[in-house]
Amino acid sequence: MIVFEKPHALTDTPFHYCPGCTHGIVHRLVAEAIDEMGIEGQTIGVAPVGCSVFSYNYFNCDMIEAPHGRAPAVATGVKRARPDRFVFTYQGDGDLAAIGTAETVHVGARGENITIIFINNAIYGMTGGQMAPTTLPGQVATTTPYGRDPKIHGNPVRVCEMLSTLSGTAYAERVSMDSVAHIKQAKRAIRKAFEVQKAGLGLSIVEVLSTCPTNWGKTPQEALEWLKTDMIPYYPLGVYKDVTAKEAE
Amino acid sequence: MAKSLMKGNEVIAEAAIRAGCRLYFGYPITPQTEISETLAKRMPKVDGLCLQAESEIAAVNMVLGAASTGARVLTSSSSPGLSLKSEGISYLVGSDLPCVIVNVQRGGPGLGGIQPSQADYYQATRAMGHGDMHLIVLAPASVQEIGDMTQEAFDLADQYRTPVMILSDGAMGQMMEPVDFEGHTPRELPEKDWAACGTEGKRRHNIVNSLYIEPDVLEKIVKERFERYDAIAENEVRYEDYLTDDADIVLVAYGITARIAKSAVNACRKAGIKAGLMRPITLWPFPEKHLAELAEKTRAFLTVELSMGQMVDDVRLAVEHRVPVHFYGRTGGMMPSVDEVAAEITKIYESMKKEA
Ligand SMILES: Cc1ncc(C[n+]2csc(CCOP(=O)(O)OP(=O)(O)O)c2C)c(N)n1
Ligand code: SF4
Repeated sequence: MIVFEKPHALTDTPFHYCPGCTHGIVHRLVAEAIDEMGIEGQTIGVAPVGCSVFSYNYFNCDMIEAPHGRAPAVATGVKRARPDRFVFTYQGDGDLAAIGTAETVHVGARGENITIIFINNAIYGMTGGQMAPTTLPGQVATTTPYGRDPKIHGNPVRVCEMLSTLSGTAYAERVSMDSVAHIKQAKRAIRKAFEVQKAGLGLSIVEVLSTCPTNWGKTPQEALEWLKTDMIPYYPLGVYKDVTAKEAE
Repeated sequence: MAKSLMKGNEVIAEAAIRAGCRLYFGYPITPQTEISETLAKRMPKVDGLCLQAESEIAAVNMVLGAASTGARVLTSSSSPGLSLKSEGISYLVGSDLPCVIVNVQRGGPGLGGIQPSQADYYQATRAMGHGDMHLIVLAPASVQEIGDMTQEAFDLADQYRTPVMILSDGAMGQMMEPVDFEGHTPRELPEKDWAACGTEGKRRHNIVNSLYIEPDVLEKIVKERFERYDAIAENEVRYEDYLTDDADIVLVAYGITARIAKSAVNACRKAGIKAGLMRPITLWPFPEKHLAELAEKTRAFLTVELSMGQMVDDVRLAVEHRVPVHFYGRTGGMMPSVDEVAAEITKIYESMKKEA
C-alpha cells in the first residue's frame, strides 16, 4: 500500500526550505489540488521574490518568475493572453502586501480570474528577518529590534479582510499551518480557490498563516505554538468572501 | 492600398495590430495617450485586449506575463512612465522575452514638461534597467517609418528574444502624414518553444526566469545574451545618409530632429556650404562603424538633439577624435528652428575656413 506519494505536480527537486518551515507543506497542498483536478498541463504558476522564489523549480507546471511584488500583474498578463489556462501566484507577505500592494488590490478590483496563494509568515524570510507588513505589534524583527511599535512602524495589514471588500474578489479564505486539522482545511480552501477559477468567478485568494522558525528565532515546535497563540488571534481564520455561497442560498 | 493620413501615435497602434499583436497594457500619460485610446477602440474589433493597468509598473509586468506565454504584446508610455517600467524591462531582458515598448519622449527630469524631447537617449541606450543589458532601440523619423518599424519591431523582438523599443517623441507622435501598412516584409521566425503556456502534459515544464544564483551560471547566461547582441550589431544596424559623400560637415540627428537637420543641410547647400546628414535609424545598435568611415571623409560633425547632449557621446566614441564633433541642442520641449541649425553649421564652417 502506498501511504505517501509525491504529487505529480511537484518535481523531484528537493526543497531548499529551512527545517520546520511550512512553505513546503503549502507547495504540497497546491500540487495535490492540481493533481486532483487533473490540470497540471493547463496550469501556469507565477513565483514571487522571497523564500519561495525557487518554487519555479518545484512545481511541474510551466512557471514564470516575477519581479518582487508584481506576480499579480504578471498573472494578469498570462491570464489575459491565455484565458483557457489556470493561473496562480504564490507570494509572501512582503511581496504581496508591501511592495506589491497596488498589484494585489487591483487584481481584486478587476476580478482577475486567477488564484493567489498567499504565505503570511509575519516576517521577511529571504532577506533575513526584517519587518513585514504583517509583522505583529510588539513583534521583534531585525528592523524593529525593540518590537514593532504601531506609532512608529505602522499597523499590520489584514489582507483577506481588505480584499473581501472588492467586488472582483470571488473567494477569500484564511487558513493556518499550525495543526493537522487546519492543514486539512487549508487543502480544501486551495482546492476551492482553483474551482472558483475554473468557474470563472474572479479572484480567489487563500491566505496561509505560516511559520518562519529561522527568522522568528524559534524551534519548529515553538514556531507552531506561536502561530497558534499569537498569529491566529490577530489574523482570524475563516472564509471572508465566497460568491458561490451566495449562489447556493 | 491608398495611403491614409494618420497621427504617429495612431499609426503605432494600427501597425501593432497589423503585426498580429492582440494585447496592449498601458497607463495614461501625455503625449502618448492616443496609442492607448486608439487601441481601446480597435482591439475589441479584432478580438484583442487593450487594458489600462493601475500603473506603468503593473503594465510592464502584465507585458512580462503575456510575453511569457509567447504572445505578441505592446506597451507604451512617455518618459516618467519609462522610469517606472525600468525594473520590469530589466526582467524582460533577463528572461529573454520578446515585446515592443514605445517611449514617446517628453521633457525631463522629474515631471518635466509635455513637449517633445530626446532626453531619454541615455536611458534607452545605456540604462533602461539594471544589469548588463541592452534593448534594440529604433528611431523613426516619419509617420510611414513609424508604421513600418512598429511591425518590424515585433519581428526583431521574436527573432532575437529581446524587448525592442521604439523611441519616438511628442512631435513624432502628434505629426500627421500619409501612411500605408503594406511596406513590411515579415521575417522567418523561430518557434517559441520556451514559452510558459501550459505543458499539456507533452513536455517538461518551461521556466521563464531571470534568476541565476550561481555567479558562473549567470555570467555564462549574460555572455550568451551578449553574443546575441553581437549578432544584432552585425545584422541590424540601420541609418540613412543624406549628401554625406562630399560633405565638409556631417550632421548627426535622429527622429524629429533629423528632419530639421535635413532642412538645415539643404539651406546650407544653397548657400554653398557642403553639409550632409547621417541619420541613425537604430540607436542601439548604433551605426558606429559607419560614423568611423565618415570620419575619414569629412572635416567635422555636428550632432543635433532635443537634449543637453546625449547621443553626441556615441558620435564621439565612434569618431575617436579623428575630426571635431560639435553639438547643438535644445531641451525642455524647445525645438530648434531650421535657421538656428543652419546658423550653427555656418558658424562651424566659418571657423574651419579660418583655421585652413
Ligand atoms: C525591488 C526589490 N526590492 C527588494 C528586494 C529584496 N527582497 C527580496 S525578498 C524580500 C522580502 C520577502 O519577504 P516575503 O515576501 O514576506 O517572503 P518570504 O521570504 O518571507 O517567504 C525582499 C525585500 C528585491 N528582490 N527587489
Ligand atoms: S527563512 Fe523562514 S520562510 Fe524562509 S525558508 Fe527559512 S523558515 Fe522558511
